[in-house]
Amino acid sequence: MKHFILGSILAAAIALPASAADYTIIAPANPGGGWDQTARSLQTVMQDEGISSSVQVQNVPGAGGTIGLAQFASQSAGNPNALIVGGYVMVGAILTNKSPVSLADVTPIARLTGEYEAIVVPASSPIQTMGDLVEALKKDPGAVSWAGGSAGGTDHIAVGLIAKAAGVDPTKINYVAYSGGGEALAAILGSQVTAGISGYGEFESQVKAGTLRLLAVTSAERLEGIDAPTLKEAGLDVVVENWRMIAAAPGLTDEQKAAVTADIEKLAKSAGWQEMLKTKGWQDTYLSGPAFQEQLAKDISATQGILKDIGLVQ
Amino acid sequence: MSTFEFLLQGMLVACQPMNLLYALIGVTLGTAVGVLPGIGPALTVALLLPVTYKLDPAGSLIMFAGIYYGGMYGGSTTSILLNTPGESASIVTALEGNKMARAGRGGPALATAAIGSFVAGLIATLLLAFIAPSIVKLALVFGPREYFALMVLAFVTVSSAFGDSTLRGLTSLFIGFALAIIGIDQQTGQARMSFGVPDLLDGIEVTTLAVAMFAIGETLYIAAQGSRAPDKVEAVKGSLWMNAQDWARSWKPWLRGTFIGFPIGAMPAGGAEIGTFLSYATEKRLTKHPEEFGNGAIEGVAGPEAANNASAAGTLVPLLTLGLPTTATAAIMLAGFQQYGLQPGPLLFATNPQLVWGLIASLLIANFMLLVLNLPMIGLWVRLLTIPRPWLYAGILLFATLGTIGANPSVFELGMLLAFGLLGFIMRIFGYPIAPVVVGLILGPLAEQQLRRALAISQGDPTALVMSPVAAVLLAVAAAALIIPLILRARGRGQVLAQLAASED
Repeated sequence: MKHFILGSILAAAIALPASAADYTIIAPANPGGGWDQTARSLQTVMQDEGISSSVQVQNVPGAGGTIGLAQFASQSAGNPNALIVGGYVMVGAILTNKSPVSLADVTPIARLTGEYEAIVVPASSPIQTMGDLVEALKKDPGAVSWAGGSAGGTDHIAVGLIAKAAGVDPTKINYVAYSGGGEALAAILGSQVTAGISGYGEFESQVKAGTLRLLAVTSAERLEGIDAPTLKEAGLDVVVENWRMIAAAPGLTDEQKAAVTADIEKLAKSAGWQEMLKTKGWQDTYLSGPAFQEQLAKDISATQGILKDIGLVQ
Repeated sequence: MSTFEFLLQGMLVACQPMNLLYALIGVTLGTAVGVLPGIGPALTVALLLPVTYKLDPAGSLIMFAGIYYGGMYGGSTTSILLNTPGESASIVTALEGNKMARAGRGGPALATAAIGSFVAGLIATLLLAFIAPSIVKLALVFGPREYFALMVLAFVTVSSAFGDSTLRGLTSLFIGFALAIIGIDQQTGQARMSFGVPDLLDGIEVTTLAVAMFAIGETLYIAAQGSRAPDKVEAVKGSLWMNAQDWARSWKPWLRGTFIGFPIGAMPAGGAEIGTFLSYATEKRLTKHPEEFGNGAIEGVAGPEAANNASAAGTLVPLLTLGLPTTATAAIMLAGFQQYGLQPGPLLFATNPQLVWGLIASLLIANFMLLVLNLPMIGLWVRLLTIPRPWLYAGILLFATLGTIGANPSVFELGMLLAFGLLGFIMRIFGYPIAPVVVGLILGPLAEQQLRRALAISQGDPTALVMSPVAAVLLAVAAAALIIPLILRARGRGQVLAQLAASED
């Protein structure tokens, strides 16, 4: 029996690292999360569409993606076959963790997908509109508790921006961080907190079931199929998008960079990717080249500003 | 749909040939690791976790549950035959079981353990099926302050269970707390105690600590003992089967053990060991043969064995309904759920009924499989223990190292494994219990986060912690759990606990 156990474990350990790959994608998170799903979707589509004959996904979890990013930057320099998935959460994590490696140390290629934040209250809450919530926030910021994801993440940043736009001191917000979407959701459903904020997908089924009231979404325009005003309509000049991107290794030649960019563009335009976006319920926010660089720089400086305002970054 | 219909539907899921196969693999592996000292179900599930993320969630979770039940079954064999508990929940079994084996009654001892585990597993799984859904409805009442009160209860039960030296138990627990502080703080996003080492930003991995403390520490300890270590297998003498008197003396302890073990397992603070202590104490008090206790009383095997299997099912109640892991295995199963993006908790029954009921149904099937596997194979399990010690522990070392590297291919992680292994070894030498360290690492951060969330919501008002009826009741129970053992000990009845704590492996 012991031999059987050892044998099966050995076999499994040997089977894990695959043979040579055209692309290796680092998912800087645990299996199952958004970045991991993005990496594995990329893997499937790139192989199915013939963009790459062999794609391997490797998980390097930890610290908002900064551990994977640091490992990627140091070990993949100059390797045109190495890719990493990242996103807006990474921008905040680099700042709050004082990560020695930043997005400037890799070669961002393109933004691929995105999701907007949604602000909800329990169905039993007296708060009916975003206006009511802002009113309560202005009256006593500490009395309005917000449940969302980890501190310094997209949810926290969005709450900070909302407070700032409403003329409330962002350091006064009462933000309660939860590790998983489900945990925050249970706290909101149980009326343990005043309001909740997360990606719309987390709340969708509860909003449809009528147990949560959707107050607003953080997109610039109203979203198709979602019956909620934008924050702009509610009088707050805030747009937050939790985007995900793909980056290549540092130290690539212009030709190598162009080749990777071409492969990613081919992917983004492919029928397989469009189908994948539909299945996963992700928005197509493909953006590459100088336009993406510009948006990235804007996001980084805005994030730095709001994290300082909240008091998470000195 | 009624619970019964859900359960039938779950049976259909569990009876799919592939899921039956996963259940069979699970119970076989579980029994094997339960038999082998040093390797427990938690380690096994942790090792298999990275291997299974290509499988579908239902199949792998069914396999994990099989390992869990199997481990509770298998642990009794080494306790009885070798006086070496395979699992901490089998410590009590060794007291009477090993005496029975030495008297040539190993067969009936193993049989009452196996059948008692079956009866308890069956009843407790049915309780899980019918009671868990109603606990789900209560789960949303639990906010940060109620959870914090629960954690306080957990700390009290765990630390008061470590016998005569509460100080040693608490010392171990606080080592766990200290380790738990390392890493990024969830409420502020700031790094604590990571000393600029990026590998520490995400804190200490529970599985790394558990594997190091139990497997590596145990191996070093055995190696340090050298040839002085006792190593003698008792053969099964006489009839392998229980006689009429054995049956008559076993069935009541089975039932009592079940009804003691299940609620304690379901109590987020319970754990399997406490149920076995209480069951043993109850049987000792109720027996008509008090003179046999200490010399091989069958009730002392039947009750605790039923209790540890019932608590295994009980543990799944808070795991499935609250998302709260109460044992190391449950903690790793929780990681298993999260690996598939499933959040166990109030909504799991609503969002993934097929998975939950499939899991519950497969527990029933696993239980039958275990009985079939165990009764005829008692003789074979005995032979497994004749593996020479150097081979056995070399295998355990290889297994533990491979598992850790497999989960996180990092030199730093391997260094931590060895360092904690040494810590576990040193703690063993000086008689400090190991389990509270792991408990501290798991429950410490939960308690801290819930307390800070509760205080954030109440805007710093500490009286809010006792203003909710649920939290107040839980805190009162915790206070009682702290005081009653002290009274018992003062009246001289704590000797059992003290004896148990001294022999904890």
